[in-house]
Amino acid sequence: MSGVAITGVGMHPFGRFEGTTATEMGVTAVRAALAEAGIGPRDVEAAYCGTAYGGVASGHRVLSALAGTGIPIYDVEAGCASGGAALQLGAAAIAAGRHDRVLVFGIEKMPKGVIRSSFFAPWQESAGLNPAPAYFALRAQRLLAETGLTEDHLAAVVVKNRRHGVANPDAMFRKEVTAEEVRSSRRVCPPLTLFMLCSPNEGAAAVVLSRHGDGVRVAGVSLRSHLPGNVLGEESPLCGTDDTGVTPPTTLAAQDAYAQAGVGPEDLDVVECQDTDAARELLAWPELGLCEKGGQARLLADGDVVVGGRLPVNPSGGLLSKGEPLGASALGQVVELVRQLRGEAGARQVDGARIGLAHVIGRGANACVTILTR
Amino acid sequence: MATPSIEPSVLRVDDDGRVTLLGGWSATSRLRHFPRSPVCPFTGADDVAPLDLPRSGTVWLHTTVQAPPPGYTGPTPYGLGVVELDGEPLLRVVTRLPAEGVARGDRVHLHGEEVPGPEGEPVLTWVFRS
Repeated sequence: MSGVAITGVGMHPFGRFEGTTATEMGVTAVRAALAEAGIGPRDVEAAYCGTAYGGVASGHRVLSALAGTGIPIYDVEAGCASGGAALQLGAAAIAAGRHDRVLVFGIEKMPKGVIRSSFFAPWQESAGLNPAPAYFALRAQRLLAETGLTEDHLAAVVVKNRRHGVANPDAMFRKEVTAEEVRSSRRVCPPLTLFMLCSPNEGAAAVVLSRHGDGVRVAGVSLRSHLPGNVLGEESPLCGTDDTGVTPPTTLAAQDAYAQAGVGPEDLDVVECQDTDAARELLAWPELGLCEKGGQARLLADGDVVVGGRLPVNPSGGLLSKGEPLGASALGQVVELVRQLRGEAGARQVDGARIGLAHVIGRGANACVTILTR
Repeated sequence: MATPSIEPSVLRVDDDGRVTLLGGWSATSRLRHFPRSPVCPFTGADDVAPLDLPRSGTVWLHTTVQAPPPGYTGPTPYGLGVVELDGEPLLRVVTRLPAEGVARGDRVHLHGEEVPGPEGEPVLTWVFRS
């Protein structure tokens, strides 16, 4: 992957934009990325569009609004990891020698509220076996029961990310919250309260990948799925068995990405990780090798994971501040890391950041880990 | 005539309304699973035999669902969680539970629960309660 440079990035902010289509948001992000790379839409050889709810030929609609290019355009769906999967395919096409320059973007316009997913059969919906926040809550229950972490730690993650989000103009929520406000917000599914869950929303992000170019590089990117056994993963099976020793998909992807990049978790300067809910971020830390299982409390207590600390996590504010447009969220993380590694992140800048890791995980238990270096 | 099963391949409803979870067992894997799959979902072994699962178990995890998820028109709030079924080896099953008053380690037993089906017609799903 050492030959894959990111020569341009662009964003449409994440939020709610009534009257703006996903295609229009995609056009905004793509134009910004192409402009930064100093090229036009006819200068890329392939395009990869991550989207989960965009529908047929979503990527074509964005490209058609810019130019008829004749290039291959791939729509990529991998749940919350859709943008990561698109990036992995685009980077692999360059690494394999197929293309010299490709466009990767993600777009989404999510329905409000709990997301309806064709993942569940109609009878499972009728039985009430499909509420995603309940599955997140059950996993949070397990995390608290097995590690000694408490609801205060869940609240601390929200406080951290919302504080970071204040400095991010592309975030949906830019107001700090207190731990007490987090704990006393509406109880959705115990132990998770409303402020502990991210909001599905809308947005777009785009990157230009090139064989040639200086600056930030994709040093490793890996997409993995789940192994059997765990009843509580994003895959949401109806049964599980003893899952002791079952490696989670995040760890599978991280190990692969670290090996590609020739770095380890101790080398990281900045991390963007999936915080669908506050517990999901705490689970990701040991899964990515950032700490031992149960070591999360110490990272929070020592201030390691805030901007200004040893290893800031989610300086963008995370999904808890930005909201989650599924197809765009992974590339939103990549755009954030590119800005961090270039030193362009303004008030949320992680000083001297040279190596960053982005992590997403979602439906199907698709996990994607991307490592960027400069 | 008992209320029909919400999904006959997953839940059997006898004439007297008694419900049974339809699982599978692989002799090669020596593992139980639910719902019954053509192959063992944990190992891929293709020697799955039908297995009526135990009707009792122990609560492992529990939460309460306050707002109806998409496509669900039954009562709220309701409980959702994971029960560890009796017997060996370990099998954890996602299930409805009572909305409140459930704790880790509680002993619970299988019952039918009527909910509106996909077309609004009454159907029986399953719930574990004391």
